[in-house]
Amino acid sequence: MNFINLLFYVFSATAILSALMVVTLRNTVNCVLFLVLTFFATAANWLLLESEFLALVLVLVYVGAVMTLFLFVVMMLNLRREAQRERLTQFWPIGLLAIVCVTALVLLAVRHGNVIFPIPPVAQALDYSNVTALGNVLYTTYVWPFEVAAVLLLTAIVAAIALGHRPIKQGAQQRRQDPAAQIAVRRNDRVRLVNLPSVKKG
Amino acid sequence: MDSSQIVLIAWIAVKIIALVLVLLVSVAYLTCLERKVIGWMQTRIGPNRVGPLGLAQPFADVLKLLNKEIILPTASNRFLFLLAPVISIGTALAAWAAIPFDKTAVLANLNAGMLYIFAVSSLGVYGVLIAGWASNSKYALFGALRAAAQTISYEIAMGFSLVGVMMAAGSLNLQAIITAQAGGIWHWFWLPLFPLFIVYWIAGVAETNRAPFDVAEGESELVAGFHVEYSGTTFALFFLAEYANMILIAALATVFFMGGWLSPFDGTPLAATFAFVPGFVWLLAKFGFFIFCYLWFRATFPRYRYDQIMRLGWKVLIPVTLVWLSVLALAIVGHLAPWFNT
Repeated sequence: MNFINLLFYVFSATAILSALMVVTLRNTVNCVLFLVLTFFATAANWLLLESEFLALVLVLVYVGAVMTLFLFVVMMLNLRREAQRERLTQFWPIGLLAIVCVTALVLLAVRHGNVIFPIPPVAQALDYSNVTALGNVLYTTYVWPFEVAAVLLLTAIVAAIALGHRPIKQGAQQRRQDPAAQIAVRRNDRVRLVNLPSVKKG
Repeated sequence: MDSSQIVLIAWIAVKIIALVLVLLVSVAYLTCLERKVIGWMQTRIGPNRVGPLGLAQPFADVLKLLNKEIILPTASNRFLFLLAPVISIGTALAAWAAIPFDKTAVLANLNAGMLYIFAVSSLGVYGVLIAGWASNSKYALFGALRAAAQTISYEIAMGFSLVGVMMAAGSLNLQAIITAQAGGIWHWFWLPLFPLFIVYWIAGVAETNRAPFDVAEGESELVAGFHVEYSGTTFALFFLAEYANMILIAALATVFFMGGWLSPFDGTPLAATFAFVPGFVWLLAKFGFFIFCYLWFRATFPRYRYDQIMRLGWKVLIPVTLVWLSVLALAIVGHLAPWFNT
């Protein structure tokens, strides 16, 4: 076992342990931070497999953007109230189902090899670009799933904006901003300059 | 591991230490320069007591900060409270690994260099968020939430403008991006990508939470924002990270839009006269200009309101980048001379 293989097991162990922490810890902020660590360890493993594009995109999209928003929301929760709840065992049937599905998928994907001690894939030549390879597959073989996923995301964006811009019911309190009106405001609308005569003459 | 590998690793470590040392000294002098420049703009003198012309002021500041007590607020999360400044400074320094200083002077010439820098610098917001939450203070939490919302919003505009650079250069490698701009000042990407250049620069100023986008630490409402509870060395780390990020954004603006270490006299009759100047000097001159812009903005513009920041980011900058990406795609397909005729 050389140094790179050792690193692979270190990062894998980190990923598994921090994933366990995500589901067992009570403090939700710590959970999110451990999830970040899980993503990091996974990205490091992808780097070891020489797919630096996917690794960096994982860090950029999930760690840099998605988890930031997660943390943003979780920070506003009332921790003392959340900690009292029983969370781990509450939804165990759904959890069990998810575990079975994911395990089956992973076994299906790696059924042609040794699951416990997988053989590392053969390294490509130095001028091999996995970005080009990814693009080639994405825009030929998988063009339909790719486009469908894009349309799904677009639908989600449109739906979110539509929900945010629901017309306000008659009589309900108006809480929306009107940027045009805000920009059109001039000094004279808000401030009145009063000329006070001085008390002491001379 | 044989001896040649150990020598190689030691040599890389020496280069990293040299880079970090130079960076920290330039950060120290950037704070001094900022106080001087803003002083001159406001017809004041600025710091002039410590050393000749006040030039020893940064060292006095550093000594002062290192000697101060680190106060841990009660009921704060101690581990996260101390981790936050480490994340901030770590991500601010790590991004420098991929910045090219000259034709061959680069620590790590990554193939996906642009993606690496963008990924690492997007992690800096964790330092801010964790600091705000772990402090157990309302002001700090508000500062952190504002900073996070602002950074995420402007990262999209910045990402799109970098997509433009990638399309024009056809590569994510920073050296390849610079060599793609060869041929003189009119070939640098600032001209064909002008709207993206402006968007990148505005988003860059907003990402670093600098004036006029500094609501995250608006002192009139939030005291000091996310780092209000930090003192001594921990505060100094946040301070260092902010300035290191400023220099990074300036360096990236130089690399992506101003030809990096390319000479501005290429393609003119003066090219041979200035051929002896090393590329490093041009790089420094260009990003000195961007650094000065930072200070200039701070002395010039009043602070944006929160809703104005969001409106500018989402409704002005992002549509501008989307339109220009389409224009750029047409220009590349049509082999528009003199930029895309190869």
